[in-house]
Amino acid sequence: MGPRMAKVVEVNGPLVTIELADVRTGEQVRIGRLELMGEVIARHGEHALVQMYEPTESLRPGEPVEALGHPLSVELGPGLLGGIFDGVQRPLLEHAKQHGDFIPRGVHIPPLDRGKLWCFEPNPEFRIGMQIEDGAVLGTVQETPTIAHRILVPPGMGGELVELVSACDITVEAAVARVKQADGVIAELSLFHRWPVRSPRPYRSRDDAVAPLLTGQRILDTFFPLVKGGRAAVPGPFGAGKTIVQQQIARWADADIVIYVGCGERGNELVDILESFPKLTDPNTGRSLMERTLLVANTSNMPVVAREASIYVGVTLAEYYRDQGYDVVMVADSTSRWAEALREVAGRLGQMPVEEGYPAYLASRLAAFYERAGRVQTLAGGNGSITLIGAVSPPGGDFSEPVTSHTKEIVQTFWALSKELADARHYPAVDWVESFSGYVASCSGWWAEHVDPRWAEQRAAALEILAQAEELARIVNLVGPEALSPQQRWALQGVALFREGVLQQSALDPVDSYCSPQKQFALLDQMLSIYEHGLRLLEFGVPVQELLRLPLLAEAQRLKGSYSNDQLDELRSFAARVDGEFERLHSEYAQHAKAEP
Amino acid sequence: MSEKEYRLASAARNGLLYMRGVPDIALGDRVVVRDHSGRRRNGQVIRTSNELVLIQVLEGTDNLDLENTWVRFLDQPFEIALSPDILGRVFNGIGQPRDERPPLFSKLKRNVNGAPVNPAARAYPREFIQTGLSAVDGLNSLVRGQKLPIFSGSGLPHNRLAAQIVRQARLPGEESQFAVVFAAMGVSYSDARFFRETFADSGVLRNVTMFLNLANEPAIERLILPRAALTAAEYLAFDLDLHVLVVMTDMTHYAEALREVATAKGDVPARKGYPGYLYSDLAEIYERAGRIRGKPGSITMMPVVSMPSDDITHPIPDLTGYITEGQLVLSRTLNNLGIYPPLDIPPSLSRLMKDGIGKDHTREDHARVAGQIYASYARALEVRNLASIIGAEDLSETDRNFLDFADAFERRFVGQREDEERNIVETLNLAWELLSLLPPEALTRVGAADLDKYHRWHGTQAEQQ
Repeated sequence: MGPRMAKVVEVNGPLVTIELADVRTGEQVRIGRLELMGEVIARHGEHALVQMYEPTESLRPGEPVEALGHPLSVELGPGLLGGIFDGVQRPLLEHAKQHGDFIPRGVHIPPLDRGKLWCFEPNPEFRIGMQIEDGAVLGTVQETPTIAHRILVPPGMGGELVELVSACDITVEAAVARVKQADGVIAELSLFHRWPVRSPRPYRSRDDAVAPLLTGQRILDTFFPLVKGGRAAVPGPFGAGKTIVQQQIARWADADIVIYVGCGERGNELVDILESFPKLTDPNTGRSLMERTLLVANTSNMPVVAREASIYVGVTLAEYYRDQGYDVVMVADSTSRWAEALREVAGRLGQMPVEEGYPAYLASRLAAFYERAGRVQTLAGGNGSITLIGAVSPPGGDFSEPVTSHTKEIVQTFWALSKELADARHYPAVDWVESFSGYVASCSGWWAEHVDPRWAEQRAAALEILAQAEELARIVNLVGPEALSPQQRWALQGVALFREGVLQQSALDPVDSYCSPQKQFALLDQMLSIYEHGLRLLEFGVPVQELLRLPLLAEAQRLKGSYSNDQLDELRSFAARVDGEFERLHSEYAQHAKAEP
Repeated sequence: MSEKEYRLASAARNGLLYMRGVPDIALGDRVVVRDHSGRRRNGQVIRTSNELVLIQVLEGTDNLDLENTWVRFLDQPFEIALSPDILGRVFNGIGQPRDERPPLFSKLKRNVNGAPVNPAARAYPREFIQTGLSAVDGLNSLVRGQKLPIFSGSGLPHNRLAAQIVRQARLPGEESQFAVVFAAMGVSYSDARFFRETFADSGVLRNVTMFLNLANEPAIERLILPRAALTAAEYLAFDLDLHVLVVMTDMTHYAEALREVATAKGDVPARKGYPGYLYSDLAEIYERAGRIRGKPGSITMMPVVSMPSDDITHPIPDLTGYITEGQLVLSRTLNNLGIYPPLDIPPSLSRLMKDGIGKDHTREDHARVAGQIYASYARALEVRNLASIIGAEDLSETDRNFLDFADAFERRFVGQREDEERNIVETLNLAWELLSLLPPEALTRVGAADLDKYHRWHGTQAEQQ
């Protein structure tokens, strides 16, 4: 279907009614003299209802409308990484260059830079006349020094290879291959293609997740792990540190590609990433973090309908890199703002609200979105994964509200942030009672093989002490610490060791910001060892006050920031000192006991 | 500008005027409504088709009939005139003067709705502003281009606090060009006068542009007012290169006006009757704060939000907190103890603090000291809770130290006089003086080097004896 013309009938905020038959829901339209972009969401007789990606101020009835004949699509090709795009994939850096500091309306700049030149290396295994499949790797373009961008045969375009060239200094539009399709038509393939964002990209099959997604954050990796291809949510009231958790993951996750979707959040947070990531290095490759990062930004003051689209734009870009065989992490901050955009449009359509004004399809939309995560076997035959991590912003911090409760049913890892912890500046404020992870069993194999076979049991032991402490803290609040047995008072001290020494982690401290799995385990093991040593001495009759006075307790809590990931030897020698110190106390009391039988 | 007047009103209710059969009217158009008595009211088109045009009348639809109501469409959006002369002036919600001086004439007019800043064009705020208040500078530092609201409750001194910050805010070691834009929505006459006198007394009145809508004036005008004020602020900051501090009081009145109009339009309510788009609407206002790369000026925003029944989870403070870069929360308990400013430390937060402090901005130990004070005060509040149950006598020695710390911290660090200005070094030294009431092993957020340098622990009482 080519472009067709029509006219505006009614303007109601971001919703515009147009008179146009034969248009499909989902189709893109350009409206008015300003050529504002929108998407058809409903048909009613000769009329179509359009939700607009841009503000509709000054639009009037009777203005012209052009239907573009395709749904909302993204351009997929080299030149995406390191970029920042808005909710409908307009390139914001280029926008600023051409149109200044504020975003004007009706400006159409192609997402991929048409002037940039690339070097295309064809797949050496391909011969002319061969039958090539959908999703096969035609060749590669070195997109950034670390990422080889694999140019794929767009799904639905496979056939007999007629021509495949090797070419340098070509633009994304240049044809690099010609393929004869089943109907005999010869199609030209360039370095990029388009894909509709609301249709998941095809893959061969789903695979089981096998490896943890390591983020360098102790409470996440050690206590509530996530896997590559998993789904996670970070709910929390304002000020609990959702954004810092998301940014830490974007910084340190051991993924190939990170897609950060700022959906209805603050502009300054994206600037923070844009300014800081180029200066940070990826701990796995040693290269600038920006080379593997792509930002999709629809900040809270940008039009609400494009916010709804931004999540799908982000996940489609993620699928494209997954199909090239990469492990992709997509963080969406925040899915609540996306749900609110749904609610806003539903409200204007007069749809019946069910919970807190949200439409009835909220749960199914959320589930369908998270279902696009997973580890798959790609059409090209390799493995790729998408890990989805969504922030949730529950109103008033109430986790029973619709978006949080539906999300909780969908995700496997739930990092609940707590206001109380954040108020005491205990970051990351992940609540160890409310949070859960369904991936502990799948991760324990990796930890046992790469770090320590005792990982699963030590993790469980630490969580048990933490859980016990909840109960003890309640007792203390009722009757004071004197009512506790020495063992119980020591358990409270054990909790302090875990809280300060392991769980609390400073994103701002260069030593502590990223913690290697080896150091994570060493710290966990150290705190457990101190706790167990203490328990033994208590049984032996050493008064608990004596133990609580030990200066090595404060020292142990500072270990995380004192020694870097490379100083595991120093951590070990501290462990030896701890053993020595407890040994000394033990023999002191042994002599004491002999002297006074 | 069209001279044509239409007499086609078909309904008038709840501040909305319905017009039948006026063709080709643009959304957002400004209109003038003339009623039977000849009185003119301002309005704006909020929905348009050739059959029906919906007009929001800023002064309300009381005392309107349909037969003698004439509507003129101005064919222009809401705009305000801008020139350097806006400094020192007082305007109403739609930018008309209310200081008995002639209207401003300028070729430069801007749409009050502005356009969103391209996130890629923003510069990250990282310049520390010294307010002279220890609880702000030391623990919740303000930086240039930040939006930091004051969450307050009825009867709490948020106005005095905002006024003190306006008087004292400066960049250490720099005398710079600054301006204040003051946006007052639905405030009482006495509050408006208080700010005016404060600005006059401190000699900044020449640098202040005020937008004023009093409690007894049309509520719908409050929907335009912050947008007009921010359009002025953007002009001062990004055209005239000034550092602009925008004080907006009270955002709760703004949100209530929004709810009033939304209800009249029949919008689906989300929480407490507020429309689902309250978040986006507030964000359009708050996100206009910031810095732009390559431009010397800045907009720092300090909105006042009064929390209905002191409830921080009420939609207005809640959504505000999700948009702004932190919040300063006032405490009724501290206020009742006579502590000024009664800043409730645990829920207060400045998100941009991390990049505005430290070696190059304030002092290298700043971040750690702030973290330690927060952690120690949290523990101290637990101890205080415990003491109220089991009595202070049964506390351990360390716990008693924490109790002393909490009292001293509230009285000496948080509390200060309304005319007292402490520089950042004084604030940090005071923080260490208070931390010296606690034994070193209780301080795990600071490093050993910090303890050596700043901590003056005199030992437990037993050790001293």
